[in-house]
Amino acid sequence: MTTRVYVPRDAAALALGADAVASLLRQSGDVEIVRTGSRGLFWLEPMVEVATPEGRIAYGPVTVADISGLLDAGMLSGGTHPLRLGRPEELPFLAKQTRLTFARCGIVDPLSLDDYRAHGGLKGLARAKEIGPTATVELVTQSGLRGRGGAGFPTGIKWKSAADAAGARKYIVCNADEGDSGTYADRMLMEGDPFVLIEGMAIAGFAVGATKGYVYTRSEYPHAIATFNTALDIARREGVLGEGFDIEQRVGAGAYICGEETSLLDSLEGKRGQVRAKPPLPVHKGLFGAPTVINNLVSLASVPVILDKGAEFYRDIGMGRSRGTMPIQLAGNLKYAGLFECGFGITLGELVNDIGGGTRTGRPVRAVQVGGPLGAYFPPALFDTPFDYEAFAAKDGLIGHGGVVVFDDTVDMARQARFAMEFCATESCGKCTPCRIGSVRGMEVIDHIVAGDKLEANLELLRDLCHTMKFGSLCALGGFIPYPVMSALEHWPEDFHTIRREAAE
Amino acid sequence: MPSYEAWSEGRGAEIIAAHVDQQGATLPILHGLQDAFGCVPAQAVPMIARALNLTRAEVHGIVTFYHDFRAEPPGRHVLRLCRAEACQSLGADAVAAHVRHRLDVDWHDTTADGSVTLEPVFCLGLCAVGPSAMLDGTPLARLDEAKVDAALERAR
Repeated sequence: MTTRVYVPRDAAALALGADAVASLLRQSGDVEIVRTGSRGLFWLEPMVEVATPEGRIAYGPVTVADISGLLDAGMLSGGTHPLRLGRPEELPFLAKQTRLTFARCGIVDPLSLDDYRAHGGLKGLARAKEIGPTATVELVTQSGLRGRGGAGFPTGIKWKSAADAAGARKYIVCNADEGDSGTYADRMLMEGDPFVLIEGMAIAGFAVGATKGYVYTRSEYPHAIATFNTALDIARREGVLGEGFDIEQRVGAGAYICGEETSLLDSLEGKRGQVRAKPPLPVHKGLFGAPTVINNLVSLASVPVILDKGAEFYRDIGMGRSRGTMPIQLAGNLKYAGLFECGFGITLGELVNDIGGGTRTGRPVRAVQVGGPLGAYFPPALFDTPFDYEAFAAKDGLIGHGGVVVFDDTVDMARQARFAMEFCATESCGKCTPCRIGSVRGMEVIDHIVAGDKLEANLELLRDLCHTMKFGSLCALGGFIPYPVMSALEHWPEDFHTIRREAAE
Repeated sequence: MPSYEAWSEGRGAEIIAAHVDQQGATLPILHGLQDAFGCVPAQAVPMIARALNLTRAEVHGIVTFYHDFRAEPPGRHVLRLCRAEACQSLGADAVAAHVRHRLDVDWHDTTADGSVTLEPVFCLGLCAVGPSAMLDGTPLARLDEAKVDAALERAR
């Protein structure tokens, strides 16, 4: 009897040797290899799963060197071996999650529409068609879904504005320019469950009356780009796309700023990716001047399950004004780094210590940057902060796209603050002065501070500069870069005061 | 290992023509040219300008805005090392210093023998398995000095 064996093709699994594992297993007798996305337990990748009468049994991390031993131990019938993990859904890291947006990722063959349907796919689109565009927009509004790119704007309200806007042509644009360090949810979904994005965009198009969708994917994700293009071909061939709504993927070119929505639109139009002043808002005058819904990939991919299970089901999860689930991406120096989707409200400490298991290096955690390069650094003293848009804002931070990057006690926070300014200088679109010039001046001032040059005066200057950037920049790049800088200075001032510290010793 | 065509005006015109009817055709054209020639050759700039009804200055402005587009073809291999925070937290700076020393190049440079071009990249989405890199499209994870040396050795 042919045994079905699942081996991930997620880029992170490939980086850990999944292709070699798959090809060796393929030669190991009567096996059918299914290449899936990743379940998101990256310390166990490549995680191989075998279909048995008791369900799938996982083994990991599997290297080429382990395979003959695994086969001898009867892996193909779920046999015992030190790498045997048991049923994946019973692993604590997965059992503690609420997987809605990522329900299929790592389970299905990402390029099988039959598999997608068999696991609940396309039910959301069918429901939207059943209730009509207006009720669809209303349902998304009622669900409480907010933008998963970080701004947290209510998705339903955005859709309503675009639906109400007059225009012969309207667009749905998916922001898949996932540039924040520590985030990889978009990449995982495009590689592991691309049809959920296609379905979400088709629902959005139907709801607001758009005929064309664009997915703007960053060039750093070649595997996601390839998988998604193949998925688009399949969806067109099988009639999911084409009639009334079609999607085209466009590839970015290495500019971080194009993750900002108006820069992304300019880039899609073929221009330099520079930020536009608002108003007009994209819902009124967006891509090529037409009414445009531009949503984060995770927002769009969360819509099908909301339509399928209903607004109340989704709204009942979460805390405060943050409803539903967030795919939190645990990254950096963590023992158990991976994708953890759960309702809003889990604390940062639970994520880092209980779920993430502390640092990979085994040293104490010193700082955690949440929300990408524009997010604040949190010390363990703030680990009681719940994962929630408002709670993080109240602590002068942000949740962004859900990236959590952990550093151990070897980190130099003055260096991290300087890096934030350097990153802003490299990636600034150049349109507004606070960001373009402020970031370069910020690097210089931090250098002076670290050198102990006119310490008090330069600290005051840095605070003033950050204030100007925060309130004077056109977009979130210059506007939020003060978060990592000021949080580093506030919580770890000792790292900035080299000269004074040496003088005291 | 990627191999690139030598510049030819006819081939350049063909690539531009293949994309010119797309809405917002600039980036698809530039990617098409770089895929073929390894860079956006200076000779292509006036051709793009004519095709898109832009000035040469505008096209130059677009090409140079985006980090991806090169003026010269890269070496036989391209190593893109991640320099972003998640990889920093696991020692990416030390790996980068080692690679720059070993290859005797700075960022964006190509080794004297033309074998490797070193590029910085700010995030490959491999933040759970850092420090990470991409060598000619092959993702690399949990890099240390020995692992990156071995990957470069295999490539050469």
